Amino acid sequence: MLIINCPYCGERPELEFAYGGQAHIDRPVQPADLNDEDWTGYLYLRENTKGVHAERWRHLHGCARFFNALRDTRTDHFLATYKVGEKAPEVTRS
Amino acid sequence: MQRFSALSLLRHGLGRHQGWKPQWRNAQPKPGYDAIIVGGGGHGLGAAYYLAKVHGITNVAVLEKGWIGGGNTGRNTTIIRSNYLFDESAALYDHALQLWEGLSQELNYNVMFSQRGVMMLAHNIHDIQVFKRHVHANRINGVDNEWLTPEQAQEFCPSLNIDPNVRYPVLGAALQRRGGTARHDAVAWGYARAADALGVDIIENCEVTGIRRDANGAVLGVETTRGFIGSRKVGVSAAGHTSVVMGMADVRLPLESYPLQALVSEPVKPIFPCVVMSNTIHAYMSQSDKGELVIGAGTDIYTSYTQRGGLHIATHTLEAICELFPQFRRMRMLRNWGGIVDVTPDRSPIIAKTPVKGLYVNCGWGTGGFKATPGAAHLFAHTIAKDEPHPINAPYTIERFRDGFMIDEAAAAAVAH
Repeated sequence: MLIINCPYCGERPELEFAYGGQAHIDRPVQPADLNDEDWTGYLYLRENTKGVHAERWRHLHGCARFFNALRDTRTDHFLATYKVGEKAPEVTRS
Repeated sequence: MQRFSALSLLRHGLGRHQGWKPQWRNAQPKPGYDAIIVGGGGHGLGAAYYLAKVHGITNVAVLEKGWIGGGNTGRNTTIIRSNYLFDESAALYDHALQLWEGLSQELNYNVMFSQRGVMMLAHNIHDIQVFKRHVHANRINGVDNEWLTPEQAQEFCPSLNIDPNVRYPVLGAALQRRGGTARHDAVAWGYARAADALGVDIIENCEVTGIRRDANGAVLGVETTRGFIGSRKVGVSAAGHTSVVMGMADVRLPLESYPLQALVSEPVKPIFPCVVMSNTIHAYMSQSDKGELVIGAGTDIYTSYTQRGGLHIATHTLEAICELFPQFRRMRMLRNWGGIVDVTPDRSPIIAKTPVKGLYVNCGWGTGGFKATPGAAHLFAHTIAKDEPHPINAPYTIERFRDGFMIDEAAAAAVAH
């Protein structure tokens, strides 16, 4: 089981968390201007990186807040967790 | 190809079994092929076989980065069924099931296909309604499925606990008698042997590292760890790594890859005659011909390429198994493993042309790719050979997400993806 560092509560077991998919996906500012291809990208196309992946998590059984994380999907090793609204920290992408 | 028969077994027996030859050549890559399949799993090997057998395209290479059957083909729970809800899905999976029924004869290779029946348990009023709807929809589509009372379910699977006082009592079951299991390795080996006999080159330890395209964007061939191999037709059948391979041609697909786990017990004498699945408490189990109880767990909640998964996921499934089959509480689990499955937003596969000319993809099978192996391979070969889909896989495009024609089996499949 993974130990995940919630930026608000500290390190907790994976069971307390819910996964929220890829992070930093901006909601369209002018939805009416989007064509079908843009909508497909916004709704369905996600990064499926083999390597460092920026993603959302929610500390469901703790503070219940969303936060973001950088995780290496080859090892499941968390490189960083950070609060919503913050930029992703620079990490060594080995 | 050396044909297998009682006579050949006897003849080789007299020669102390020293005369058997390798079942496929150790092919070296040629500079070019009429078609290349990326991925040497059951789907990829089968596609190469049908390209040669059905469409007469024999100058074909199958490129496998590891060894034959070392990916998801060797990492699944071997269950076969076709009781899907929607018309498109029923057509697709039953096409596969019909091919399974003649596969050992066709390949002259015993894939140990055993139609022992797949029983899905209902534990609450919603399960009953959903499964009865499945039964009716399946029968309209010519797919066998029937409703059983708890007593009939126990009669079919005597070790099932139907005590009404457990936490999730069995209230009924849907049974597909034509469903069952097959030997996963034998499927890969059988297709490899049969494809090789028709001239297909099976190239192991050959990882694709790039896709080369001409000035107009059409496919010219693939870069590999063993050099460039040219072909105007490239079919990608790389399961969990589809996103990685398709990224080499700048094609983005609506896919996310997750670990899916399974585990087996120590082998015991025959005790479990069928396949039993429960969606609500997530258990599914069968007994291999070697005697192991083969148990499938769910996917992890996050995307990953680790081929491992968290142990608590497997534990959750074992808790459900122990409630349904209390007599297995003391069984020891020998090993567990994870495969990487690529999942689409509607939980149905993609078997289609791509925006890149000459590039085709078979992916997105989620947790249910093994059962579809012959059907997917057959339809993928058709799509590559004709440069257009077969009517059965015509709905399984990439564009269905843009156009809103999704085949939403996420809610309709019997086990959560």
